[in-house]
Amino acid sequence: MDFSFTEEQSMLRDTVASYLADHYDFDKRRAAVKSASGWRPEVWKAFAQDLGILGATFPEDVGGLGGGPTEMMVVMEEFGKALVVEPYLGTVVIGGGFLKHAAPAGAAEMIGRIIAGEATIAFAWAEPQGRYALSDLKTTARKDGADFVLGGMKSVVIGAPWASHLIVTARTGGSQREAKGVSVFLVEKSAKGVSVRDYATNDDRRASEVLLENVRVPREAIIGHEGAALDLVEQVVDEALAATCAEACGVLRKLHEGTVEYTKQRKQFGVPIASFQVLQHRMVDMFIQVEQAVSMTYMANIKLDETAAERAKAISAAKVQVGRACRFVGQNAIQLHGGMGMTDEMAIGHYFKRATMIEGEFGSTDHHLARYEALSFAAKAA
Amino acid sequence: MDLDFSPQDQEFRAEVRAFLAGNYPAELREKQANEETLAKEDYLSWHRILAKKGWSAPSWPKEWGGTGWTPTQKYIWSEEQANADTLIILPFGVAMLAPVIYTFATEEQKARFLPGIRDGLVWWCQGYSEPGAGSDLASLTTRAERITADDGKEYYIVNGQKTWTTLAQFADWGFFLVRTDPNVKPQAGISFLLIDMKSPGVTVRPIITLEGGHEVNDVFLDNVKVPVENRIFHENQGWTCAKALLMHERSGIAGVARSKRGLERLRAMATTERADDGGPLLADSFFRRKVADLEIDLTALEFTELRTLAGESSGKGPGPESSILKIKGTEIQQRLTELALEAAGHYGAPYLRDVSHNLGPIGPDAAHGVAGQYFNIRKTSIYGGSNEIQRNIIAKLVLGL
Repeated sequence: MDFSFTEEQSMLRDTVASYLADHYDFDKRRAAVKSASGWRPEVWKAFAQDLGILGATFPEDVGGLGGGPTEMMVVMEEFGKALVVEPYLGTVVIGGGFLKHAAPAGAAEMIGRIIAGEATIAFAWAEPQGRYALSDLKTTARKDGADFVLGGMKSVVIGAPWASHLIVTARTGGSQREAKGVSVFLVEKSAKGVSVRDYATNDDRRASEVLLENVRVPREAIIGHEGAALDLVEQVVDEALAATCAEACGVLRKLHEGTVEYTKQRKQFGVPIASFQVLQHRMVDMFIQVEQAVSMTYMANIKLDETAAERAKAISAAKVQVGRACRFVGQNAIQLHGGMGMTDEMAIGHYFKRATMIEGEFGSTDHHLARYEALSFAAKAA
Repeated sequence: MDLDFSPQDQEFRAEVRAFLAGNYPAELREKQANEETLAKEDYLSWHRILAKKGWSAPSWPKEWGGTGWTPTQKYIWSEEQANADTLIILPFGVAMLAPVIYTFATEEQKARFLPGIRDGLVWWCQGYSEPGAGSDLASLTTRAERITADDGKEYYIVNGQKTWTTLAQFADWGFFLVRTDPNVKPQAGISFLLIDMKSPGVTVRPIITLEGGHEVNDVFLDNVKVPVENRIFHENQGWTCAKALLMHERSGIAGVARSKRGLERLRAMATTERADDGGPLLADSFFRRKVADLEIDLTALEFTELRTLAGESSGKGPGPESSILKIKGTEIQQRLTELALEAAGHYGAPYLRDVSHNLGPIGPDAAHGVAGQYFNIRKTSIYGGSNEIQRNIIAKLVLGL
């Protein structure tokens, strides 16, 4: 049993943190997210070329540095602290995850392009009717000769405006909610029949509604087993959740630290408001929530390679704690900043917005509590 | 970062499990099963068996009988004890006083007191709280005046009252915070004294708590003569010892392994108890959600404790972060008792303490004592520094507020 970071992992953290301190301060970030494109391709290039972090979690035989979940966690936590919007989660964690686990034809080449910063990926899974159910799919992929032809509508595809590729879940069989019949495809965003409506999200990302109309892809575009890819999707989404929990830890730490600092400086009644016990206890309760979220994030990342049921249980438990921490710490951070917390000019509100969006990403607190419950109580009954 | 148990760890677990299975006294198990009030000898018998094995004081320095276990081994040890439902080793000597002694006492004092604690020969109680000094512990007024007696030796004459003294009715010795200088700021005039409970002038009076049990006591000290060599550390610097002790008290207080076991018991109980629809209570969506919630919170606490332990093994003592463990640990213990009482339904009501066995069984076994537990466990967020005081500690020492 070991909860320490290796020297290499600590160096990775320092490298990322110092790059972000120089290139990703609040004002630079604000200018970027308000620009037409909403992100900075040059930062992405730097991730690839100067920092080498896009390859940190890929195996060495495909050009990566051989890191695992802990490296992913380190990077994501630092990204959380700086509110990085660039599509690391979609590209490296999710896109990379699918390619690593399923190893479809051409995976090595695609991974090479990811590591080089040439390919960016957005994960098109959600649909207007499906809420958080991964298997609730109306999008279909119909076999046509040597090709598949995709049709359907995908909701809130985070990072799609920046993506060169989409990873799309679609039905090759089965009924709308069935576990059987789910397949995964790698689709070039420029493919004929893909149309998008782009917009910004509340936390300064960009996303798209993606319409797929007779999108023709070759057989080789399939990732994983045809009609039997739900397990793979769940695995990759669990990995995305673990990474998102790590990002949340960074966001939460900033929310908490920022609040402690602010209350030490802000004076009312002639004294710093931090001297009021009612605020001190609130900040202690925030601190406890943050520490518990960090503990659960470690736990979740450590358990990523357990059996599917154990992994899912651990991830959902972590997301419940992280989701609750996001709400409690976020809301109280604003409250304790008073009117200043309501302003767009202060960073604290931006951390709050990101924390709030994380609550709902890949399933709300209630969704994961129910998932945990189903797994925990099924296991004991068996 | 990993959760792997090495082959040595697994071997260790097997050894611990076999030892517990082979050596836990059957008569003790039976008394526990029948919820009988335990006698002093019951507590000490198990302590002495562990001492003989060399396992009664795992966290101590090796030279005094510590086992030198890794954090992983300590984790395994507490898990296996909880799973075997063993009696806990009372913390007052082994976990609270001993660290003060091996950190602050003279070599002579260590040799005099540590073996008795380790071997379960001497029962210790804690003389901290007073009627007028609870959360504001430093305001304590029990007075110790130094005199030279007719025999030419120096003594403290101690006068005052201590309260909430757990199991003082069994205690051979007590460790006390006393005021040796009333003319300085409160923390600067306190000394840490060890007092023989058989000394003339020591009176122990029971306090019956709301569930009907006798755990705590008032202790009156009336001109109690205490040799100066029974003082630990310097005169007027007892607050340093007091704080160190409270830190150790807090980190042991989380009780993760015992709560995990408690959760198993709760789940078993809620499987046999019925919900309004006739199905198992555990299938009731409201109740089940509360259990799931508790499980998740307990997992978070477990991993926070593991992180703390890992930090301690790298050389740090328990820090003020251990207040988190106290707060969350006690909240979880309380929620467990709350849910057990809810699960018991009607049979949460009968008060069966001291009821004659001739009456025959009343309600399911699992419901016995759950209300008493619920009432009793309210103490956990009050003792060891109330949870509000823990928040003050984190605010001051961790957040710098």
